[in-house]
This record gives sequence, structure tokens and C-alpha cells, in this order.
Amino acid sequence: MKPDHQIIDDLHRRMVRIRFFEEAAGRLFEANKIPGFVHLYVGQEAVAAGVCVALRADDQISSTHRGHGHLVAKGGDLDKMMAELMGKATGYCQGKGGSMHICDLELNMLGANGIVGGGLPIAVGAGFANKYRGNDTVSVVFFGDGTTNIGAFHEAANMAAALKLPVLFVCENNEYAEYTARSRTMAIDDVVERAAAYGMPGRVVDGMNAIEVYEATRQALETIRAGEGPTFLECKTYRYFNHHGIQTLGMKYRSDDEVAEWRERDAIASLEHRMIADGLASDADIAATRTAVLAEVDEAIEFAEASPLPDPADLLANVYTEAGE
Amino acid sequence: MSERQTTYLHAFTEGLQQVMQADPDVFVAGEDVGRTGGVFHSFDGLVDEFGERRMVDTPISEQAIIGLGIGAAVVGLRPVVDLMFMDFVLVAMDQIANQAAKLKYMFGGNATLPLTITTMGGAGLSAGAQHSQSLEAMLCHVPGLKVVMPSNAHDLKGLTIASVRDDNPTIIVLHKRLLGNKGIVSEDAYEIPIGSAAVTRVGRDVTLIAYSRMAIEALAAAEQLEGEGIDCEVIDLRTVSPVDIATVLASVRKTNRVVVVHEAVRSGGLGAELAAQVQEHAFDYLDAPVARVGAPFAPVPFSPALESAYVPDAETIAVQIRETLDRPRLGPAG
Repeated sequence: MKPDHQIIDDLHRRMVRIRFFEEAAGRLFEANKIPGFVHLYVGQEAVAAGVCVALRADDQISSTHRGHGHLVAKGGDLDKMMAELMGKATGYCQGKGGSMHICDLELNMLGANGIVGGGLPIAVGAGFANKYRGNDTVSVVFFGDGTTNIGAFHEAANMAAALKLPVLFVCENNEYAEYTARSRTMAIDDVVERAAAYGMPGRVVDGMNAIEVYEATRQALETIRAGEGPTFLECKTYRYFNHHGIQTLGMKYRSDDEVAEWRERDAIASLEHRMIADGLASDADIAATRTAVLAEVDEAIEFAEASPLPDPADLLANVYTEAGE
Repeated sequence: MSERQTTYLHAFTEGLQQVMQADPDVFVAGEDVGRTGGVFHSFDGLVDEFGERRMVDTPISEQAIIGLGIGAAVVGLRPVVDLMFMDFVLVAMDQIANQAAKLKYMFGGNATLPLTITTMGGAGLSAGAQHSQSLEAMLCHVPGLKVVMPSNAHDLKGLTIASVRDDNPTIIVLHKRLLGNKGIVSEDAYEIPIGSAAVTRVGRDVTLIAYSRMAIEALAAAEQLEGEGIDCEVIDLRTVSPVDIATVLASVRKTNRVVVVHEAVRSGGLGAELAAQVQEHAFDYLDAPVARVGAPFAPVPFSPALESAYVPDAETIAVQIRETLDRPRLGPAG
């Protein structure tokens, strides 16, 4: 089934929003305006956008250390995101979380996570709560190919399948676990094979194609909402930048040619090409979207830069929930 | 409502039952907690009353069990998750210490985690080195967690109810050698505040600070020494994080001598933290070094002959108290 015009526009806008936010975050990081680490999502936009366009507002998502794209795709506020990356008091976490702990519970985004695999059991818990309450909300968890080598993944996948919980496992296979190729860390070709071990349906999706990710997610959500238990999508995608920071080329662990090949299949460029070919948008329409998103990102940077730093007097706030809070 | 004698084990089950009756958002998940009622029978009968929807048998997956509780708590339920043996805390430590304890803080206060973890600690059943540990010092070292270790049926019931109602990740450590101990317990759904110690014996010569089963042994030592003219004050901490330091200091200022007792290994244990806090806040009141009684720096042995030599008891505590009191009281010169 071909998604309608509105869906395609939505996929496009969300991907552009991720790309421009992440490119800006990379530049600001290089300029030492963002402390700590940034693990950028550039290249993988089709996955977050494709999944999140298919979701309802009440569906939860759980994310990873490479989590900005997921929150942007769920509708995250770029001002609060950029402020958090800069460690400002106006950020999503008031400067206490940073890039790896960004979250928005009002959007049902249950948090990025600094521990590989750490978010999986938590996402299963949210899925449990949905079933417990008898609603048809789905808990979606994003994770990388490398995560499927850690115990928490296997415990979470088995628990979700055994208890028939409404959880969608979205593996973003970007071919590298930090700096080590997937082929060197697992003896299977498709990560999705692991889903079968838990009795979970799974399929491979072109993670550079937002429409395909959207369609696969929509179909998976139907069976999950019908109470048939979890599903697994392996989205084959690629990380343009380094594991951490923005360096793209000249790396020992992968060839420049490989990066160039994946960039040829860029998810945003190919969707734009298709939109024009199908008469869904003109060059001017696409330029207008890009200009509008760039302005939004610029405003977020201005907001973040103008925002105050956290007050050290608040250092101990929120370690515990106080009675009556 | 009336009071009656009941066991430590039943006090726990009854506390849980009463919070579950009052709050439909409370459920229990863990290995064998449902149909079996728990390997120690601590959840006996609950599945009959609440069904398998609220008494959830899980795979042997400690990380996923804790994660199940965290995720459900973040979206608004009030989960109780069970780890069976305290040793298994180590299997789930990422979810406990990196996730549950920190989410609220890392999210700038945007998450609330009304999560309770229940488990069985302590030695004395020849369960060996991987089923007998007292690992509370590791948990107390993590900001964001609360840890309760009740020594008797009355406290256990009240602290179980308080823990489940608390909006923070709270770990209730039962002691497996106390399960059959009887005490007077009210039938009411009462709470004992988390973070409040109990003075279980008033005395003037020395303060014994203990918790969990060692609070019982400390009382036994105190009774034994009464015949020797030594008058011990005994404080049962009940909660080990946060510690009720005010009650401890008030007692120290009166008795001027302190012996801390725990079943965990002495080195790096809670006794070291208490000794440090006592000297920080009441150094001028001390007439003797703060003494610590704990297990030696070795894993818990299996054979009853070795295990009984390993775990402190009233006798070893009494030996330490006599030594602490033998030091001369420093009076005014002349």
C-alpha cells in the first residue's frame, strides 16, 4: 500500500529535522559548546522517522546513547534538546542528563540510555504496564546491532515473548558496534535471526527507506495491538559520522568508499527524489521545508546559548522523590 | 484492630496483601512468585486472591525482572519485583544502580519510580557463598536507592507497606533465618517510616548499632552482659539507607561508646560508614574507638561448622563490648 501525501511529507520533515539538528549538534560539539559526548544519528534518519510516523501519541519509545533522532522523531522540542546538550538549566533534564539521558515523558519518550541494552528491559516494563492496564498502547524500543550481543537484550526479548507483551523491537543495524564491524562480532548475517529464537516474528527492512520502515512498522503495530505479542524489525542502515563526534572519513575501522556507497543511498535525498518524481513536491517545496527546519534549529541554538547554566544550589535536587512531591 | 502473634514471613505477606488490596496499581513479578507462592513461601496465597495478572511468574532473568518494574513504574504503576536471593542483586546491578537509582535525577526530576525490590539476604542455612551474602553496603553506596532491613515481624510489615507506598526505588531485604520468628503484629495496614531507627533497649554504658538479624543477636548480647553489670543501649537501624543518624548520635552522646554490628563482611561495610559519621559528628563524646563486629573478609562458607564460625553472634558481640568497655573512661585530670 502506498502511503498518502501527508505521510510522505511527515516522514520527510521529521528526517530533515533530525539531520539538521544533528549536524548543528556536531558543529557545536566541535566548537566546544557541547560538553561530554555526542553520538550522532546522521544517516539513520529513516528508521526513527519511519517508526515514529506510524506511532500514536500514547505509544512509548525507549532509546539509546544515539538517541537524539528518536526524540526529534517523536516530536521533541528542539529548544529543550539543544539546551540540554549544552548543559543548560532550560534543557529537558535541567542539565542533569545531557545527550545520553534526554527524555520527554509527556511525549512518552522514556529516555535515551547510556548503557548499551539498558533501555530494553525498561521498555518491556512499559509494555507490561500497557497490557496490565488493558489498553492497546505499544512500547517501542530502539537499539543497535551491537546491543543484541548483550544479555539484557536476550532477557528482554524472551520476557516480552513469554509474557506476550505489546513491544516492538526495532534494531538499527548500522553495521558497527562502536568501531568494530558487526561481521566480526556475530556469526550470523541478519540480526533478525535472533528474534526467531524467542518465537517472535521478525523481518528485515531497508533502513535507508523511510516509507518501507513506516509500512513495516504499521503492519507490526497491527499484530501487536491485536494482542499477538512482540515483533522484531531489523532496519539495515548506516551511521555517517563516527561512533562519537562527527569525523566521517579517514577512519581505520571502515573505508571511505564504504561510507560513500551508503551516502549514495541517503534516505532524505532518495525520498526527496521520489517526492519530485511522483509530483508530490516541487524543488521549491522541499527547499521551503529545509529553510523552515534550519530556522527552527537556529532558534534552538539561540535559545540554548542564551539560557542560564544550572544553579549549583540545585545539585542535590531530584536524587529522591520527597513525600508529597 | 487487634494484635496477635505472627511470623516474620507472614507479616511480610500480610503487608503486601494489604497494599495490594488498597491499590490496584500494585503487582508482584519475579521467579516463582505466582503459582508457587515464592520459594520461601513469602507470597503464599496471593495468587489466589489477586490472580496471575497481579502475581506474575517470570523467566529467570534478573535484569529483565528489575527492568519490568522500572518500565512499569515510569509509566505509573507501583510494581513489586522479587529477586529471590540477595546475591542475585549482582546479576541485576545495571538495572538497579545505573537505571532505577538514577533515572529521576538524570531526567531532571521528570520521572518518578515507585518501585519496590524484595529479596532474601543473610547466611545461616548452609546455602553457600552465592546464596548467603549481605550486600547492603553496595546498595547503600548508590544515591537514589533506599534500603530497609527489618529484624522482626512488626517492623517488616510496617516497612513493607511504607516501601511499596514510597515513590522511590526501595529494596526490602528479608533475612532468611528470621522467617519463622514470631512477634506481635497489628492487623492494621500500618506504616513504619523509612529512615527511622528504633531504640530496642535503653542503656547507659555502650551503644550497639545493628540491623536485620544482628539486631536480635545484639539484644541477646546485651541481656547476657546485664549479668556482668554492663548496661547496653541497642539501636535497630531498620533502614540502612537513609540511616537515622540523629538517633545514633543522641545515643552516642549519652553512652560515649559504640559497637556497630553487621553480618556483612566488616571490611568496607556499613560499620565503616557509621564509625566515620559518629566521629565526624560526636568525636568529643567518644571515650573509646568505635568498634565494628562483622564477618571476616571471606566468602560465606558452606559447612555448618564453618558458617557458624563465620557469622557473628551474641557471643562475639559480647566479646567486643567487653573490650570496648575495658578502655579507661577519660575523666577530668587530677
